[in-house]
Parts: sequence; C-alpha cells; structure tokens
Amino acid sequence: MPLSFSIAVIAIPLLMFLFLGLAGVKMGRKLTGVLGVIAMGVTTVIAYGVALTYFFDSSYIVDGVRKAVIVWNPDWLSFTKDYVVRMGIAIDPIAAMMLVVITTISFFVHLYSLGYMSDHHGNPEKGFQRFYADLALFTFSMLGLVVATNLFQIFVFFEMVGVSSYLLIGFYYHSPAAIHASKKAFIVTRLADLFFLLGIMILGYYTKSFDFFNQNGLTGICDSIDAAHLAIAKAGGATFMGCSVMAWALTFIFIGGAGKSAMYPLHIWLPDAMEGPTPVSALIHAATMVVAGVFLVARLFPLYVIEQGSMEIICVVGAFTAFYAAAIACVQSDIKRALAFSTISQIAFMMTSLAVSSADGALIEIHEGYGLGYMASMFHLFTHAMFKALLFLCAGAIIHAVHSNENSDMHGLHKYMPITSIAFLIGCLAIAGIPPFAGFWSKDEILVACYEKGLGWGLWMSMVAGMTAFYMFRIYFLIFHWKEHKVHTEHKPADQVWTMTLPLIVLATISIVAGFVPMHDLVTWDGKELHTQLNWTVAGTSVAIACVGIALAFVMYYKENPLPSKMKNAFSGLWEAAYHRFYMDELYQFITHKVIFKAICVPIAWFDRKFIDGFMNLLADVTSSASFAIRRLQSGSIQSYVYVYIMGALLLAVVTMACVLFM
Amino acid sequence: MDYSQFLQMPQEVGLLLVFLLVFIYDTFMPQRSQRALPVFTTVLFAIYTALCFVPCQCVNACEAGSLFGGMFEVNAATWAMKNILNVGVLLVLLQAGNWTNSDFMSVRRGEFYELLLLTLFGMFLMVSARHFLLFIIGLESASLPIAALAAFEKNRYESHEAAAKYVFTAIFSSAIFLLGVSFVYGIAGSLYFNDIASSLIGEQSALLIAAVAFVIAGVGFKLSLVPFHQWTADVYQGAPTAVTAYLSVISKGAAAFSFLVILAQVFGAAYSTVWEWMLYAVIILTITIGNLFAMRQRNLKRFLAFSSISQAGYVMLGVIAVNTLGMASMMYYILVYIFSNLAAFGVIAAIERQTGKTTTDDYNGLFKTNPWLSFTMMLAMFSLGGIPPFAGFFSKFFIFVGACHTGSVAIYVLVLIALINTIISLYYYLLVVKAMFIRQDDCVIPAIKSSCGERAGMILCALGIILIGLVSCIYVGLTEATESVSEIFALI
Repeated sequence: MPLSFSIAVIAIPLLMFLFLGLAGVKMGRKLTGVLGVIAMGVTTVIAYGVALTYFFDSSYIVDGVRKAVIVWNPDWLSFTKDYVVRMGIAIDPIAAMMLVVITTISFFVHLYSLGYMSDHHGNPEKGFQRFYADLALFTFSMLGLVVATNLFQIFVFFEMVGVSSYLLIGFYYHSPAAIHASKKAFIVTRLADLFFLLGIMILGYYTKSFDFFNQNGLTGICDSIDAAHLAIAKAGGATFMGCSVMAWALTFIFIGGAGKSAMYPLHIWLPDAMEGPTPVSALIHAATMVVAGVFLVARLFPLYVIEQGSMEIICVVGAFTAFYAAAIACVQSDIKRALAFSTISQIAFMMTSLAVSSADGALIEIHEGYGLGYMASMFHLFTHAMFKALLFLCAGAIIHAVHSNENSDMHGLHKYMPITSIAFLIGCLAIAGIPPFAGFWSKDEILVACYEKGLGWGLWMSMVAGMTAFYMFRIYFLIFHWKEHKVHTEHKPADQVWTMTLPLIVLATISIVAGFVPMHDLVTWDGKELHTQLNWTVAGTSVAIACVGIALAFVMYYKENPLPSKMKNAFSGLWEAAYHRFYMDELYQFITHKVIFKAICVPIAWFDRKFIDGFMNLLADVTSSASFAIRRLQSGSIQSYVYVYIMGALLLAVVTMACVLFM
Repeated sequence: MDYSQFLQMPQEVGLLLVFLLVFIYDTFMPQRSQRALPVFTTVLFAIYTALCFVPCQCVNACEAGSLFGGMFEVNAATWAMKNILNVGVLLVLLQAGNWTNSDFMSVRRGEFYELLLLTLFGMFLMVSARHFLLFIIGLESASLPIAALAAFEKNRYESHEAAAKYVFTAIFSSAIFLLGVSFVYGIAGSLYFNDIASSLIGEQSALLIAAVAFVIAGVGFKLSLVPFHQWTADVYQGAPTAVTAYLSVISKGAAAFSFLVILAQVFGAAYSTVWEWMLYAVIILTITIGNLFAMRQRNLKRFLAFSSISQAGYVMLGVIAVNTLGMASMMYYILVYIFSNLAAFGVIAAIERQTGKTTTDDYNGLFKTNPWLSFTMMLAMFSLGGIPPFAGFFSKFFIFVGACHTGSVAIYVLVLIALINTIISLYYYLLVVKAMFIRQDDCVIPAIKSSCGERAGMILCALGIILIGLVSCIYVGLTEATESVSEIFALI
C-alpha cells in the first residue's frame, strides 16, 4: 500500500467527527455507533497497510538506515521566508508504530463502547452520538500528532488532544466530579503546554526551523544526530543563567510532555480523569494520549542526546515518578484509580528508559547496543498500550456489571465473569513481566538499559517492577477472589455482551504475543537495526522479583484474612499518606488557593474592577453621550450635507496650509 | 493605433463581452425567456470570474505594462484587485436574482444588470487609470448609473429620495474633484500620474494643498469618509438592498484602491508635508463618527451604512501606511469586507423581500424561527467586529500590521485609536447578535425559505468568512502581487 494512503488515515476520523458531530443527532444511536466502528475499522486496516509497507518494504532503507518519509507537507503559515509553518504527514519508525497502536486501541474502544455506552445504570445513555463524535475527534488529533512534520504541528495537535480529552472526561457533564476532573486535566496540561510553547519558541528562534526531517535541501532539527548537532550549533553557544539556551528549550519542551504524560509533579490530573467513561480511560488515559510526552521526547531524541543536562532531568523525574506512583497504586481501593497510578508508573518507566539510553557517554560515542533504552521505551509503549487498554476495558466490564468502582463491592467475581477474569489475569501477568507475556520482553530491555547506566538505577527500577507485580495482583485478587460478595448472589453479574467481550479476547491475545514483535529491527532511534539478546541475569532477576511480588499479593489477598488490615495498622502513617497520594492534591490546593489566589489574584481582581472596568465604563459613557450629542449632525436635508461637505474640504485645506506654511 | 493593446486587458474586454451578451439577450430574446435573465447573467459572470483567475502566465498577452501611451496600467496588483471586485459582484448577482425577478422589476430587469456591469467597467478604469482624464471617466461612469440603480423601486418614496441625494452629492463632489485636478494641472502642466509626480517634487504651495484637499474630498465621497459621508445613510436606507450591497462594498473597494494609487503615486512627494496629516484627521473622524452614529441606529440598513463608514476608515489605514504591505493588507481587508458585508446584506435582503422588516427589534428571537439566517448574520457580525478566528480578525490584524510597519509614532497612536474603536464597534455588532440569539421575545419574522441564489450567495459568504483567514496563501499571494508594483511608493 503506498504511504500516501496515510492521508486517509488522518482524514477519515476527521470526517467522521464532522459527520457524526453535525448529523449525529438526526441519526439513530445504533447507526451512529455502527458507522463509527466501521469507519474506524477501515482506518485501522489502512493504517496497518501503511505501517507494514513502511516496515517491510526495503525501498525505505537507504544504506541500512530506515529513512523518514514525508508524504505530504504543504505550507500553512509563512511568517517570513525562513519561518514557515507546515502541516503535513511524515512516516518514520515511531510514527508508523504509533499509527498501529492508536488505530488498534481506538477501533476496539469504538467497538466496546457500543455495549458499554448503550446504557447508564439501566437508562439509555444521553449523548451517545456526541460520545462517538468526540472519540473520532480524539483519534484524529492523536494521529495528527504522531505524523507531525514539525514542532508547531505537534503543538497544535497536542492542544487538540487536550481539548478532546477535556470533552471526554467531562462527558457526564451533569456530574460535578466529572466537571472538576475535566477542568483540572485541562488546566494542568495547559500549564505544562505553556512551557512547551516557550520551548518551541526558543528552539525555533535559534535553529530557524521547526521541521523535524530534511526536506527539499532544508535540514530538519532532528533528522539524524548530525542534523541535531547542526541545529544546536546554530544557537552559537548562547547561554541563559549558566545553561545553554538549547538545554532550556528542551527542558521546557519536556515539561510540556510531562504534563500530558503525567510525570511528577504534574501527574495530579490523571487519577481524577478516571471520572470519564471507562472506554475513554482505556483509549486516552492509558494507551495513547498519555504517552504523547514520551513520544515527544522520542521525536526530539537526537537533540536530547546532545543536551545531556535535560536528559538527566528526565531520568531523575522518570525514576522518581515510577516509584512514587507505584507506591500509591499499592493502597488504592478504586480500581480505575489504581490502574491510573499504574499507568503513571509505567509511563515513567518509558521516560526513564529514554533518558538512560544515552547516559553512558559524554558526547555520544556510538557503540554497539547504543540506543537500547530508546528501543526499549518504544517497545514498552507498544506493549503497555495493548495490555493497559485490556486492563481498563476489563475494569469497564466489571464496573458495568456491578455499578461500582470500589473493589470492596467486587470481591469474588471470578465465578461470575470468567472471561473477564482470565483476560484481566493475562493483563496482570503481562504488566508484571512474566514470560512469555508481552510486558516481560519490553520491561526486560528497559531494565538492561537501566543497569547499563548504573547499578543503582537498575536496582531501583527492578524494585519498582516488583511493586508493579504486587499491586497489580493485589487488584486482581481483590476483584476476583478474596471473599465472595453477598450482593452477587441476588444481583448475578456476568460477562458482558459480545461487543465488549470480543475486544477483551483479542487484546488478551495481543498481550500474549506482542513481545515477539521484532521491535529492535524496526524501531530504533537512528533507523539502523539494533542487535540485542536476552540478558539472562537481568531477566532472571526481574522475573524472580515479579514472582516475589505476586506471591506476596497472593498471601495477602487471595483469601479473606486479617493480614492486610494488620499491615495497614502497623504502617498506618505510611498507608494514610499513600492512600491520600502523599497529599499532593492538598499541596496544590494550598498553593493555588492560599498563596496564588490570595497574594496575586485578589489584588489583580481589585485593580481590574477599579481601574480597567472603570476605564471601560468611562469609555462607554463618553461614547454614548458623544453619540447622543452629535445626532443632529445627520439632519437629512441635502443642503446641510453639501454645506458640511464643502466646509470639511475647505477646513482640511486651510488648516493644512496654516500648519505647513506658517510653521 | 495598435489594437493589440486590447489583448493586454483581457479583464476589461471580457467584462464588455459579458455586458454585450447580456444586452443582446435582454433586447432580442422573447418575453417569456426574460425571467431567465438573472440566471443567464449570473452564470456568464461566474464563468468570466473563474476565467480571470487563470494565472497570468497562462495568457501570454496579459503581461504587466502600460497601455495607450501610459494612460492605462495592467499589473499584478490591478489584476488581483479586479478579481476581488469580480468575486464581490458575483456574490451580489447571486443575492439579487430573486429581487430582480419580482413582478415590478419585469420591464427593468435587463437595465439593472447592464447598469451594474457598466459601473463595474468604470471601476476597472479607475483601478487601472494612470491619467486623470481616464480616471474621471471611470469615476463618473461608476457613479452616475448608481443613481439610476438607487431609484429602481420607483413606487417607494425613499428610493427616489436616495437617488436624488446621491446624484446631487455625486455631482457636487465631482465638481470639487475636478477643481482639485485642475489645480494640479495648473502646477504640473500634465495629467499623467508619472509626470505630475515628478514635477511635484519639492513643490510646496497653497495651490497644491488645496488640490490635495479637493482630491481627497472628491474620492472621499465615494468612500464615504467623514465629513464627506452624510449621503451614505439616506442612500443606503432608501436604495434597494441589492444596490446598497453593491454600493457598500464594490464601489468602495475600487475607490480605495485608486485612492491609494493617486495619493501614493501622484502626491507621493507631498506625503509627509501635506496629505499624511489630512488623511490622519480624516481617518480618526471617519472611524469614530461612523461608530458613534452606528450605535444609535435601529434600522439595519442604516446601521450598516454607518458601520461601513467606520470600516472605510480602517481601509484607509492601509493607504496611510504607504508601503506594499499596507497595500496588500488593504486589498485583503476589502476582500474580507466584501464577504462579511454581503453576508449581512444577504440576510437583510432575504428577510426584507419576504416580510419587509428591517429594524433590529424585528430581529429579536430570530434564532428560533430562522436558525441558518441568524447563524450567517452572526458570522457576518463577528467578522465585521473582528473576532477570531473569522476572516475579519485577520484582515484587521494585517491592516494594523501594515500601518505599524511605517514605524512612526503618530501612526502607532492612530492604530491605538483604531483599536479602541474596534472595541466600541463590538458593542453595536453584538447588539444584533444579542437580539437574534438572546432576546426571548416571540419573533415577528416567520420562518423564511430563501431562494437557491440567495442561499448559494450566503453559503459562499459564510464559507469565505470562515476560510479566508485560515487559507494563508491568499494574503501571501496579495503581498507578492503588491511587491511587484513597489514603484508606486518610490517617492515616499
């Protein structure tokens, strides 16, 4: 399939959004849903075709390097001759991989929503059509983001995924919690995007280009390591507060990515975003949008490689977030929130992996195995998208069956929902890193990369991997085992309709086999094949740690026993703190309400009311009275018109004469 | 005389051809096929307009150059300007189709189209003229037929009043303008723009100042600049809406372009000493007075008359900038203004034709009965007010940028005043939107079914309002066109 078909991949979701958004209300619910699913199915097939062509057609490999292909790139805004913003489509390894990920998950979520969104606690769901229109908008935005040819386009689509995420989190707009959550998500990510924009401006100012890839003889900023060197050299070593401007720019851009990818301390919006419908959480807040930050850093990877300072920051933030979120996930009782913290932790894995992949050299000596972390990160992004979407969709099925998010309302569901239970178990095994499930392969590569940076980094991440296994199985046992809940006997929950079960089965299958995708041949930072082999020491250790985590969870949560409450009482302080997410939300509340609002906003509001409004009112009053005063000028009689006319002309002449000739 | 010169003016020749075909159709076709005349004219004009967009390089004959001994100039900028006018006229024709097919128009249908096309030809002459004689011929042939057009609804008293007021003021302003030109001739001894320009270098006399003031007054009438504007409201209100629409956008567009050419090319040497300050005062007066009067109007056509006075002031910012960027911004502004204003007039005409209602109070709650008309009107008001992301925002932005490009402090102040006036103008534009959408009264206007032509016109206008700002190549194309004629500003 020619790569130009990728235009259709972008266009179909956009058209679906417009069509469903405008005509949806006139159509039946069923028709809307089926149309959405079919359109997404077509998109998925085309996206697969494009990705497979790109990966397996050797004509895209030049000198052993898989080259980025610019399919379409028209000028959009030209500020000056140098500064041209384009909008287009570029296919490179990570873009092709993301096309596959996004369309797959989006398709299954579309299908799943047919069942999930059909009723809301027994009543027909309001806004079914709106839901599908918004899903299409999100899919379009996300696809546009990954195929972006330049930083500006990425920014535009970054905002658009933010908006569609906002719309979907607040889908239940009659619920105050959903509204708060959507606002919080939007504001936090917008704040981060402010830094992103700053970063883009600094970068654009110094490099005189927004484009990623070489085209028409113009050098892109991160087409290769040489291009990146060239771009950074253009800054001419300019510094700001002791750091090079490029380091500032890249750090700012990372902050933008950190907002979307929920890195500490900008993670606070993601758990709340779980107020949205569960399919949305699966698509946006687990598999696709939240990895936009990782994608962004991966996209600019050659630049980050050179600016080691920014890379160090990413590394520290990532490693800390991974642990921090995992710790919180261990005590959450709401299953979607627990999964949300797990997502944060896993994305932090990807960030860390990106950051450690270049850590071993002063200005890059490229050696065998270099860039392993990059590959591992992308690999993990791929596998994680699959199994985390699976886990969320399972959670959705459970929530749909028991009408609650609390695991205390779920206990012992294994008997009632066997398919969901097995699918969830597969997801848990995959995320815990048990071979041969998908997560094992990608996480193993990440750990190897971390051990290469240093033993400390490796051990730290191994520990977090163990925690991952523990909290995932804690959730699993609490939902499906523990003690059977009384309510279930009367209100028999069951596996859901086929539209909801089929995605679970398919995604579970993918989660088993996705680890065997030869990612190291396909997705590498420089387009060359990377030769890797299983590092048995690391693999063995990580499997052992995972098993310990699972065993611990088994002992504590498989059957009802007093151990968990004993542990809770023994470490009550720690438990409380983790349960309340280490009081980060309260800290934010304090800073915004007590400090920023009181110290800055109140005086500004006063100034606004007294001076700005006063000025505006004055303007309005003056205008209004002037308008009243001069109304007689327009008398309606032609004689006076001509009089004013000639007087005007003469006055113009005479005053000018007076000014010019006598001054 | 070298007749091949006519080949270099395909736009004018094409327009004349359209005119002749319409004339022949009107004269020789039987009575029963006369009702098809509007469709015939519109389709013919649409084809002609589309052909004019064929890039200049494809037609070998139409290279830039001056014809007829330098009286007539063809270049990228005039070409683009005429295309803009053509697009506007096409929209007017689309919207007027139904009105001209009403019963009382049956005997005069052909005249409407013929006069309209002839005035357009006059405007083409104004745009391309590089000699005052040709310019005055263009000016007059673009003015006088409009008086006839304004009087078209001869059963209505207001229509007569409008025509009478227009014709008196037009004659008066022509006299003043001719006086100004004769002063110029007295100083320079020539009527060619180039010759005058070179002989005015270093000239500084009371005669020149009077000449410039009279020229500004003469063209200011066409543009309805304050204080030469007073005819506007009465004529706009009284004339048939299709004619008002034509008068408010097309006629202004052509006048603004030729005004820029005259001031910059002919009086370029006297820019900073004489006319910069005249225009400066006129712009401030125009924008402010236009706004102040627009606030109080209850009749929508009168309201748009004052709004168009104020808009003309913004267009003049592109003239006072005297650089290629300002020129491009001005043309862009005119293009956007054509779309926005014609959208508003389209809605007003559709409602007036079927219900006879034209005041803002009649529009209360219009949204409930006519959602699409209200939506189009809203787009038009937003665009006229300059609210992003509609085209009006971009055109205002570019015209301010063009003016600021001069770098003089006085112009910054002028732009600031214009900005404050933009805020004031929002008040009255949004009043209309408020009436349509927020007022809860029962709407006195029933649901209206507009005709195909009207609908097509309004859809085109709405699309233009939404898209022109976003399609950047339009502005870029205009800047390129004006850069190629930068010699106009040689004397600044």
